[in-house]
Amino acid sequence: MVDISKANQQAVSKMMEARPILKGVALAKDVIPDMKPNLLLHAGPPISWERMSGPLRGAVIGALIFEGLARNEAEAVALVEKGEIEFDPCHHHDTVGPMAGVTSSSMMVYIIENETHGNKAYSNLNEGYGKVLRYGAFSEEVIAKLRWMNDSMGPLLAKAIEASGGIDIRALLAESLHMGDEGHNRNKAGSIIYTAKLAPWIAKVAADNEVESEVLKALGDNALSVLNPVMAACKAMSASAHGVEGSTMVTTMARNGTDFGMRVSGLGEQWFTAPAEIPDGLYFPSFTSKDANPDIGDSTITETAGIGAFAMAAAPAIVTFVSGTPQDALNATLEMYEITIAEHSHFTIPQLEFRGTPTGIDIRKVVELGITPRVNTGIAHREAGVGQVGAGLVRPPMKIFEDALVAYAQQYNL
Amino acid sequence: MSTTKSEVRPGAYYDSVVLMQLQRKLAALPGVEDAGVVMATPANLELLADSNLLEAAGKAARPEDLLIVVRAASETEASTALSQVDELLKQRSSGGGNQSYRPRSLDAGVRNLPAAEWVLISVPGRYAAKVAHEALDHGKHVFLYSDNVELSDEIALKQRAAELGLLVMGPDCGTAIINGVGLGFANRVRRGPVGLVGASGTGLQALTVGIHNYGGGVSQAIGTGGRDLKAEVGAASMLQGLRYLAADESTKVIVLVSKPPDEQTSARLLTVAQSAGKPVVVAFIGFAAPAEQIGNVHFATGLDSAARIAVALSEDAISPTAVEPRTGYLRGLFAGGTLAYEALNGLQNFLHPLYSNVAIRNSQKLADPLHSQAHTIIDLGEDVFTVGRLHPMMDNDLRLRRLKQESEGPEIGLILLDIVLGEGAHADPASELAPAIEAHCKARPDLEFVALVVGTDDDPQHTSEQIAKLEAAGARIFRETSQAVDYVAARLAVAPSSAAKPLQPFGEPLAAINVGVESFYDSLQAQGAHAVQVDWRPPAGGNESLASILEKMKGK
Repeated sequence: MVDISKANQQAVSKMMEARPILKGVALAKDVIPDMKPNLLLHAGPPISWERMSGPLRGAVIGALIFEGLARNEAEAVALVEKGEIEFDPCHHHDTVGPMAGVTSSSMMVYIIENETHGNKAYSNLNEGYGKVLRYGAFSEEVIAKLRWMNDSMGPLLAKAIEASGGIDIRALLAESLHMGDEGHNRNKAGSIIYTAKLAPWIAKVAADNEVESEVLKALGDNALSVLNPVMAACKAMSASAHGVEGSTMVTTMARNGTDFGMRVSGLGEQWFTAPAEIPDGLYFPSFTSKDANPDIGDSTITETAGIGAFAMAAAPAIVTFVSGTPQDALNATLEMYEITIAEHSHFTIPQLEFRGTPTGIDIRKVVELGITPRVNTGIAHREAGVGQVGAGLVRPPMKIFEDALVAYAQQYNL
Repeated sequence: MSTTKSEVRPGAYYDSVVLMQLQRKLAALPGVEDAGVVMATPANLELLADSNLLEAAGKAARPEDLLIVVRAASETEASTALSQVDELLKQRSSGGGNQSYRPRSLDAGVRNLPAAEWVLISVPGRYAAKVAHEALDHGKHVFLYSDNVELSDEIALKQRAAELGLLVMGPDCGTAIINGVGLGFANRVRRGPVGLVGASGTGLQALTVGIHNYGGGVSQAIGTGGRDLKAEVGAASMLQGLRYLAADESTKVIVLVSKPPDEQTSARLLTVAQSAGKPVVVAFIGFAAPAEQIGNVHFATGLDSAARIAVALSEDAISPTAVEPRTGYLRGLFAGGTLAYEALNGLQNFLHPLYSNVAIRNSQKLADPLHSQAHTIIDLGEDVFTVGRLHPMMDNDLRLRRLKQESEGPEIGLILLDIVLGEGAHADPASELAPAIEAHCKARPDLEFVALVVGTDDDPQHTSEQIAKLEAAGARIFRETSQAVDYVAARLAVAPSSAAKPLQPFGEPLAAINVGVESFYDSLQAQGAHAVQVDWRPPAGGNESLASILEKMKGK
């Protein structure tokens, strides 16, 4: 008979003991398992082209143009409709991507290695703000930016990271939580630390001052620079906790813009899905919730690993997402303690007397108390090609937790 | 024709979230069609341009400048909107309900207030036992207000609580006062030396009020719930409460209040009461009290008399003389019928089971008057014994033979005799009884003899001489039935053996977690107790099939 508490302790301990180190940057096709030219990875649970939302379709189109497989939107759509392109979730390839999460074989990706358990995880490079592929934009300037990232930024980062010997992302996160980040929607401090850590190495390995300056500016201007390595680090941590016999701990939460999907440590590779909801949030000028696409992205991996909305108490500067006052930010984190297995041994919150962040979502507690995890998130425009329109808060549908509980009862003969 | 107006605030930094909120408020103002509030970074300027919100003033702004743009139906409305920016920014900082977190689970409640020693539970009955078990898991005493809890659950909860040294008041317990703080329904009463345990909520309230109004005060008032004194539950909580108050230094007098319990339960309770080492006032409303007082146990006729007696005793508390308890059964061999009956009436409250040929209750009826069983009181003046012979007041023969018969039983510990003197009675009963007592004492040094001597100094047998002979033979003498009953009860009543640990002390200031009815939380707060309110909801939102899966997962 399974001892669920013991299994959960084991799972959450593995997740917290994992030590994700940023080891390098390389081409997706060279490092991501089973990556191939006609394969596009995407955020969230599996989905067919027919069911894809606008921003995911837009990112697919942009990626095909970037790969040189299509010259424009029409060609890209035709290619997909002919069945020439395969789709698979990033999560099936140890990868995570923010928002649409579309990753193609020639894109540069970060390599994270979990030095405790030896597993690896990958994530693409962050494009910054504005019209970007991850929000489904695919105009020429978007593609041009991707090219620059791949040709100039990526190789320089690769050399700098290699020269640095690796950057401990868990330590970086722990520090940034003490500087007002929650690690998902707010990564200002983390991105500055990241830039500061890389700068000397970039200076050391750069052959061209012009490129060096551009890369440092891109890193420094982008408060989300570190989000992608952070997500891959969270993926490496949670992946090490997956597959613990009998555990009811969530190891994946991800959205593809149509469905919200979840996987549970003790329930194998099965996805539990339900329609994704529209985030409740704040919008950029001239946009409203009518423009919003349902929830999208793999960035929920941060909440899965015990940061993001779970560490909201550490990030009073973005409390407006939870309604307005610093007390609300504290309440958000306090609520998450009710559905989690442990308090993180490395990620702590000064505002809560340095309590560890609530870590390891237990599906039992979610169903019993009727409290779904909180997720901080960006909001994509529902149409392909537009981009980000806001940011806010969303929760996964309760149904996926209920389904998982029933599946657990079947699998473990309860 | 709409108008766009901009305002640039050089070097004014705000977090983007603050700005998005400000923008939402601006956009909601009358006449405003769209608004943009951003730090003027190139990316943000581009965003504004796409929305037709960027004009010359904005273009000139630098990345560290705050840029506010409003497009409105008229110039006036745009200006009005811009003029409200500062007000709107201020609103933000003072707005919002600063509500502290309300946990949803007892677990979280305990984490929020680890010092809590009490959990008040008022959730619907079908869920209450589960929550109460959780409270015990956490090592907390329980005040269980919920009703409609299964009797089997109550028994299980109280057994577990006793093993843990914890108290479960209830189910269906409405009243308690712990360390001066009322739980549930309670009156504001003075603190003082009277401790109460009650199976009746309103009974406890009336008593504590009475004690207060008579000038006394309350140390603790412990509720037990109405079913506690049922035979199946066996007064588990009342016994715990009684023992707690017996050991509690701030309690000088104890009051027990309830409807009358069944015989076995009341014998158990009164026996523990008798060994409490302090006065105990018993207010079992409707109970046939055997006397005003037996030893340290005082019997009140009602709530008011209980309050009065308790306050009087608390002002002048006499600690009862301690009597060492012993083992063995009682044999009461009486010549006087009414004396036998009075002894039976008193002792039946402490000795169980107790049999007699002059039974008060059906269950006490001796199957064969010639053979005693367990504790037995026999009236040897009954017809069955006197057919064809003299009454035992005149002829000692029958008693001497029965005395011999009883004293040979190894299970016998104490023999109680009455010696009734006066005109018409035997001229010198001690001359025959004393040698027999002496002989039996020699043969059985562990056997104890108690004699109730009824006579005056003027009686022909010379009472004092009779007493002297009996004492010389080894008997302990009493002159009143009630005193003999006091002594015998204290000697022979065996306090029920209990595996229960002593209750964990009630800390001060009182700290409690309230699960359910919010007014109990408000009342705790108003009384200055530390309290946490748990916003409890049925597990799995009341979905029974999911709840049953969760229940199965609990034990694994």
